[in-house]
Amino acid sequence: MSSNDLIALALTLKLAVVVTVVLIVVGTPIAWWLARTRSGWRRPVAALVTLPLVLPPTVLGFYLLVAMGPHGLIGALTQKLGLGLLPFTFTGLVVASVFYSAPFVIQPLHNAFRAIGDRPLELAATLRAGPLDRFFTVAIPLARPGLVAGAMLGFAHTVGEFGVVLMIGGSIPGQTRVVAVQIYDHVQAFQYGEAHWLAGTLLVFSFVVLLAVYSLTMEPRKSAS
Amino acid sequence: MTPGLHARLATTFGEFRLDIDLQLPGKGITALLGASGAGKTTCLRAIAGLERVPQGFIALNGETWQDESQRVFVPTHRRALAYVFQEGNLFAHLNVRRNLDYGLERAGGAVDPAEFSAVVDLLGIAALLERGTDRLSGGERQRIAIARALLMRPRLLLLDEPLAAIDVARKEELLPYLERLHETLQIPCLYVTHNLDEAARLADHLVVLERGAVAAAGPLQEVLASMDPVATLREHAGVVIEATVADCDVADHLLRLSFPGGELLVPARGQRVGAQVRCRIEARDVSLTLERQSGTSILNALAAKIETVSDAAHPSQLLVRLDMSGVPLLAQVTRRSWNALGLAAGRAVWAQIKAVALMG
Repeated sequence: MSSNDLIALALTLKLAVVVTVVLIVVGTPIAWWLARTRSGWRRPVAALVTLPLVLPPTVLGFYLLVAMGPHGLIGALTQKLGLGLLPFTFTGLVVASVFYSAPFVIQPLHNAFRAIGDRPLELAATLRAGPLDRFFTVAIPLARPGLVAGAMLGFAHTVGEFGVVLMIGGSIPGQTRVVAVQIYDHVQAFQYGEAHWLAGTLLVFSFVVLLAVYSLTMEPRKSAS
Repeated sequence: MTPGLHARLATTFGEFRLDIDLQLPGKGITALLGASGAGKTTCLRAIAGLERVPQGFIALNGETWQDESQRVFVPTHRRALAYVFQEGNLFAHLNVRRNLDYGLERAGGAVDPAEFSAVVDLLGIAALLERGTDRLSGGERQRIAIARALLMRPRLLLLDEPLAAIDVARKEELLPYLERLHETLQIPCLYVTHNLDEAARLADHLVVLERGAVAAAGPLQEVLASMDPVATLREHAGVVIEATVADCDVADHLLRLSFPGGELLVPARGQRVGAQVRCRIEARDVSLTLERQSGTSILNALAAKIETVSDAAHPSQLLVRLDMSGVPLLAQVTRRSWNALGLAAGRAVWAQIKAVALMG
């Protein structure tokens, strides 16, 4: 692997780590709210959060590009805050990836929170635990498999993204050129050998992540007793 | 300050209407008895604050927990209560000891080690403390939940059919623990059940709920000996008698129980001499004779005086309330026998008792 390949790999890992951390912090309260609320807003919010799952990445990337641009909402905000414009920067890539990978983190968490049911939380309340206490000492530990699965899926999905990155980040080495883009560039240049190395690395990585997720979430089949 | 619990709850869910006013004494077990759908669990959940009843007033020992007229609602975690659910009382992610600690830490912390072991012994869970929760029986789970409830030193103990989800054998195993609770508890306890036997065995007070309303309430013996039994009790009208084990006939396997109204012989079930026991006598197991009978297989005959009489469930039957030196007894006799024997209030008779259910 060339040094460019390694830079792209390092950048990809950095992006995936940052995005996963942001999504755990932001996505957990959203998933908790979706699982617990009786508000009529939960359906539109759930649909909105899941949208990136069905949209072509180019559509999402296009709208994000417009929104982060000089005339977009996000763009206006970042300029006012003195952050400049986000497209074609690492930060822009993080913001876009957070949207793009959100369903992969929020869905498993949402399901895990829902599976807990009311009882453990009511029980905790009768044992004098306040709302925040209940969340951290009961909901989070009981939803741990969902939390771990969500984090792994969010991480892996960010590693593998391509369309959104291309729309928002382009291909600036060390800034926005992630592995998927690097592979694309290799193939465009007929460097199949290099492409093989990187592609193979991603393939093995993805398999290992999914295997881990299933080991965590699939219960062992019970033998007849 | 009024000791005890006062709960006034009124609400409607679709067809169901709940409208009750409960006053519980400052100490002792009150059974909340009723068929499923009578509103028992809703009451308990409202008292715990797990549900907010739109028109509610709840106060414990003078401390207001809910008063909708003042928009006061104290959330569950700030109410000094303990709650034992029908099932699902243990956190799956904690072992037994840490399940106990979860409540202890939040209820004001340190428990005297002597008290801890006393409660753990009372409920027989010492050997389970370091276990995970996945390999416990239903009875063990409930015992742990009750131990935790006691260790939290609540000012109100709420039990929602704690035996309903356990099989019969385990139930018999758990009941003695609850009976001991009855002897040691210094706070009010509300025990929800649909089982009259359980209520008769454990409670000091009885509240009967029917279709969301209080149908009868008062001291257990009084409610059970009522001459106008509510629908829930009508099938099994009868009294509960508290007695002391006087001696034990080992050869015949019989216990002689003594109570202010006389003596009863019951099959021995391992009770010790001197122990306090309760037994239940259903009205339909009691017949009346004018003279003491000889040549009968019935062991128990008690001298009694007829107090009052009223119609029983079936038009052929009468419900007779008898007095045995201050202890009430109900008998069910046919109208025909009543007339044939020339019975009347004030008359001295012999009550022949076919069956005595010794509880505990």
